[in-house]
Amino acid sequence: MSVATPAERARNPWLTATAWRNLFRDRPIIPLTGLLLVLVLVIQAVQPGIVGLPWAGVILRASVPLAILAGCQVLTMLTGGIDLSVGAVASMAGFVTATFVNSPGGWVLGVAVALSAAALAGLVTGVGVGVFRVHPLIMTLGMSFVVLGLANVWQLQTVQTGAGVPDPLRWIGSGQSLGIVPNSLLVFVPLAVLILLGLRRTGYGRLLFAIGDNPVAARLSGARAWQVLIVLYVVSAVLAAIAGLIVSGLSNTASVSLVDSSVLPSVAAAVIGGTSIMGGRGGFGGAIVGALILTVLTALLTVVGLPEPSRQILFGAIIVAVAAAYTRVTAES
Amino acid sequence: MSAVTAPAEAVRAGRGGILLSWGRRNAWTLGLLAFLVVMLAFTKMIQPRYGPIPVQGLATSVLPLALAAVAQAVVVIGGGIDLSIGSMMALTSVVAATAMEGQSAEFGVAVVLGVLLLGLVLGAVNGTLVVVTRVPDIVVTLAMAFVWAGFALLVRPAPGGLAVQWLKDLVVGPIGNEWIPRAAVALIVIVGVTWIPLVRSRLGLSIYAIGSNRLAAFRSGVPVGRTRFFDYVLTGLFSALAGLSLTASTGIGTPVPGPYTLMSVAAVVLGGVSLAGGRGGVFGPIVAVVVLQLVRTDMTFLNVNTNLAVVAQGVILIGVVMVGSLIQMRRARS
Repeated sequence: MSVATPAERARNPWLTATAWRNLFRDRPIIPLTGLLLVLVLVIQAVQPGIVGLPWAGVILRASVPLAILAGCQVLTMLTGGIDLSVGAVASMAGFVTATFVNSPGGWVLGVAVALSAAALAGLVTGVGVGVFRVHPLIMTLGMSFVVLGLANVWQLQTVQTGAGVPDPLRWIGSGQSLGIVPNSLLVFVPLAVLILLGLRRTGYGRLLFAIGDNPVAARLSGARAWQVLIVLYVVSAVLAAIAGLIVSGLSNTASVSLVDSSVLPSVAAAVIGGTSIMGGRGGFGGAIVGALILTVLTALLTVVGLPEPSRQILFGAIIVAVAAAYTRVTAES
Repeated sequence: MSAVTAPAEAVRAGRGGILLSWGRRNAWTLGLLAFLVVMLAFTKMIQPRYGPIPVQGLATSVLPLALAAVAQAVVVIGGGIDLSIGSMMALTSVVAATAMEGQSAEFGVAVVLGVLLLGLVLGAVNGTLVVVTRVPDIVVTLAMAFVWAGFALLVRPAPGGLAVQWLKDLVVGPIGNEWIPRAAVALIVIVGVTWIPLVRSRLGLSIYAIGSNRLAAFRSGVPVGRTRFFDYVLTGLFSALAGLSLTASTGIGTPVPGPYTLMSVAAVVLGGVSLAGGRGGVFGPIVAVVVLQLVRTDMTFLNVNTNLAVVAQGVILIGVVMVGSLIQMRRARS
């Protein structure tokens, strides 16, 4: 009988279940990419010929805003928080920009106002979470009410002046260079690089992990959690606003509830991407793949011809299944 | 079981201090109640015609959210959270309205019982998933919110159906005196026959125990997994009651989840239930729901933009929680 000795197993780590488990835990992006490829293969099998460069472009274009919103969730979840105000803030940003199209300042002023408003909302959220220690769930929830209400008031103020999504936003959001590459990548790639490097290489990124992993230890080693959190929620709100601008360009509409339906998928993308809602573990790379998976999945369910309700059901079931798989491999070790 | 702790406190406070200690334990709810009274007086002041009919309307419109808040409170006290309450309400509401359409009153009774059973099943699925997969409950219930909303749309793609008359009569209009809305009586009866026996039972105590310290509860022999499971089952039951009351007050079933999930979280926090678990009851959240609704009513009376009412609700939510945590920090420092 030739049973693999421990030494042999060490030489060929692919043989053991533990090795797979470790891979899944330490580099979730690899199995996730595998899952993404499987989904692409399935969609190709269901409707041969659909998968191609133009299709990939459309999928990428649809994934960009979701990936950015998932970024907000990753950053906040790393500290043990969550940002439920991304939907309201993102919608507000798109809407406010649209109302400035006919103003003297034009869309540039609109974008500036939108981003400042988002930053202000993020600042208030950050002060609530960081200084007053309000639970992030409650704080961002309350902030989403406030932002939505104020956006509605703004809507009533400006309803006469007319509104439209400015052309540059449409170009960024829905345009594709060479008919394939989405222009939104021009915004997304620098942002993604910034977030990825920021989390890996900067002290601030490490502080996020530290606060989420062990707040007491972080405090004792001199981290000022409240400053980190204030900056974090400002960053998250600005990211959400950028995503909102892209969404309004993509859908060529501006409404105060445009992005609301993306809040739960953004949390789902972050969770699928391996970020723990308990804090201290995760990364943006996984969330990008998570957003791609969700988009491809939606496309697949549409191709299969499932009606919207069944799609929702399957969507939810898959989120639970993936999250359960994660918890299994990360808990036992 | 709670009788074990109550006398101990009573002894410490002296015989006459029972009322005082009760008051201290329920300070938050009492404060909220006082605030509600002030709000009602204020409402009467700005709108002298505010009488029995608006009070009945207030009670009817508040009932679904109040029951949703009870559902959320039950699970939050146990240290969990359920983001699928709104979806469960939508599902139970459409099932009830669809099954009752064109049926006799007797059949309506069977439907109500069936829908309550459905609520138990929905809660059991949520609970099983939370306990077995060990995924954080916020993620599981978030995903299940999609699932239940999807089922609701499968049952009925558009709002419709019809509630039987007696169900509508249960929550609309006054009973006896014109100042006593039926919806309020319904709420008191429901909470009276479910919550009060529950907190006095072993299960109720176990729910508080796992909410306040799961490890300690486990080491004192509380079956943590089973208790969490039953906690979610109870939430499912209350969600079904909320869904039924939604059908009763609107007369139809709506497959799209309303703002109930997030509002229930807000009401629970305002009502003095700690999101960390183990503290609070269901009366605080119910009062909080009424307060939130009255704020809206008052702003309409004052001719304030209704959108600002949404802002006000958000600000109240944040403000109250901030003050609460400030008080806690002050206490921890001293």
